[in-house]
Amino acid sequence: MLRLEARPQPSKLMSLASPVIALAITAILAALLFAALGKDPLRSLGVFFVEPLSGQRAVAEVLLKATPLIVIALGLAACYRANVWNIGAEGQFLLGALTGGGAALWLTTAGIVLPKIVAIPLVLAAGVLGGMAWAALVALLRDRFNASEILVSLMLVYVAQQLVNYVVFGPWKDPQGFNFPQTKTFDASTWMPILLERTRLHIGFLIALAAVGVTWVFMFRSFRGFQLQVGGLAPAAARYAGFSSRTALWTALLVSGGMAGLAGAMEAAGPLRQLTPHISIGLGFTAIIVCFVGRLHPVGIVFAGILLSMMLIGGELGQSRLGLPNALTGVFQGLLLVLLLACDTLIHYRVRLRSALAGAH
Amino acid sequence: MNDIALLIAAALVSGTPLALAGLGLLINERAGVLNLGAEGIMLVAAVAGFAVAFGSGSDTLAFAAGAAAGAVLAAGFGWLVIWLNTNQYATGLALSLFGYGFSAFVGVGYVGKKLAERRTFDVPFLADLPLIGPAFFKQHPMVYGAVLLTFAAMWFLYRSRAGLVLRAIGESPDSAHALGYRVRWIRLAAVVAGGAACGLAGAFLSVVYAPLWVEGLVAGRGWIALALTTFATWRPIRVLLGAYLFGGVTMLQFYLQGEGVQVSSQLLAMLPYLATILVLAMISRNAAFIRINMPASLGKPFHPGT
Repeated sequence: MLRLEARPQPSKLMSLASPVIALAITAILAALLFAALGKDPLRSLGVFFVEPLSGQRAVAEVLLKATPLIVIALGLAACYRANVWNIGAEGQFLLGALTGGGAALWLTTAGIVLPKIVAIPLVLAAGVLGGMAWAALVALLRDRFNASEILVSLMLVYVAQQLVNYVVFGPWKDPQGFNFPQTKTFDASTWMPILLERTRLHIGFLIALAAVGVTWVFMFRSFRGFQLQVGGLAPAAARYAGFSSRTALWTALLVSGGMAGLAGAMEAAGPLRQLTPHISIGLGFTAIIVCFVGRLHPVGIVFAGILLSMMLIGGELGQSRLGLPNALTGVFQGLLLVLLLACDTLIHYRVRLRSALAGAH
Repeated sequence: MNDIALLIAAALVSGTPLALAGLGLLINERAGVLNLGAEGIMLVAAVAGFAVAFGSGSDTLAFAAGAAAGAVLAAGFGWLVIWLNTNQYATGLALSLFGYGFSAFVGVGYVGKKLAERRTFDVPFLADLPLIGPAFFKQHPMVYGAVLLTFAAMWFLYRSRAGLVLRAIGESPDSAHALGYRVRWIRLAAVVAGGAACGLAGAFLSVVYAPLWVEGLVAGRGWIALALTTFATWRPIRVLLGAYLFGGVTMLQFYLQGEGVQVSSQLLAMLPYLATILVLAMISRNAAFIRINMPASLGKPFHPGT
């Protein structure tokens, strides 16, 4: 019989090993699933985990997809460390795409051609504000009305999606778009500058890396970040120290909403260059997994973001190369998070064989 | 007049899955476990139910499959949060994400297939009444089932010894443990029962309400059912009434469109979600009132023997 025994102190090693173990088990289960579907397990695993990194263009695509994941997950990490359960980053992302894309569209239809150095900050700022506003609704309802931030932030995802649908089917629809639900292509002055020739990788990736540094400083070197984390870890201690839980709530939600909004605007002005109903492929939800796999740590999130981005692209490759349904990615993502949470038990407990003596106890 | 009868009938049908899931989650939460995986459970159960209904044509088997799928997923969730003490919020969320992906994967082959309209059960004599008959008594058997389940839950919680133990565990697992009740096993039983009820709700959506399968068919109803338990302050009869209210709001958008109201369908589609937020804010506003009614150990892990 196996038995769980509490560790005197949480294991630092296990905290880092747990995502690796979870990933290994996910890969084993994936191989079994591939075999059950009649595919060569090794080759299929290669398509999911190796092929996305073969060649410069492939790597650029992985980094491109990782960019929004990293940016959103950084904000969520601040939120979860403060014990504020914002699970509606998807909605804040959509709003950011809507307002950022809206700003770009407005410049386009008004015929205003600004230099890139002005236009792009404008678009991104609009996105940040949109995401913040959407998260502020959650903060307001939690703060003033005591409404669960989990449920409110999630409900707002559906509202945000309908809002995007509304503008692309209605007022913002491209008159010359053959009635497709999409806006005009934005003016080239609002496009995110490309980082690598002949790829779609744009400077958003550099912004994401900069955000990693800023988040690290905010979390571990700023007083506000410290207050936030104390509030999450030990609410009673935070109260005793006079740290306002309301300030923590608002900070956490505005930071994560703003980051998700930024990611949305970068996606709209980056690879898409227009708004459609399918701006997001659930990136806001995938970012939650990135956040946990990255251990709520800015540096961990970079690795996790790249990993989950590989899985997203692996899913697409699996569809085109092996004829596997694209939905498999979702299965692996969910599995990874479930297994991770199970493996996290090892941080606080060790597994012991139950001895005869203990059994007689 | 007949329009109103049809609107009421449609509201009852659309409220039924919310009621089924809400009742299951209520039993869960009364034992102190918060299951944010409801959405994922409902999605997987919806596929399971649809597949069985498509293959066998039997509603009973379809609902059994949905309930079984829900129970299995909930058991996994229960093992994680009750024995491994994983964070209930994160684990539930993980289950929802997994359920979304898994149901989409399993359901690929069923997209675009359609079931025949399910047969309704006309209550003898009552169904023939004007207005009231078509509004209330010409429904799928599961619609009546949800009402029966509500009364069963009320009897169980407030009139049976087992229900008393369940509520005691939700309020104070340590006291219940000290009295010799097996807190973890009873919580698991509650979680599995809740999962089975969410499974019935999922199967109802794909077999009776839709009746078809598309990715993400449940469309947030699992989360609305979670909000419903707060809205109902953890009382079964209020879950049922709240579910019909939300069902009515969902149907209102189609009714308004049918009446030719000049509002875009996308904006009308926001209604159920906005209503959920509004109602949640109104009910939660009085923090003391919520605290009194909420099971005291909700969402908190329990370590026996410490």
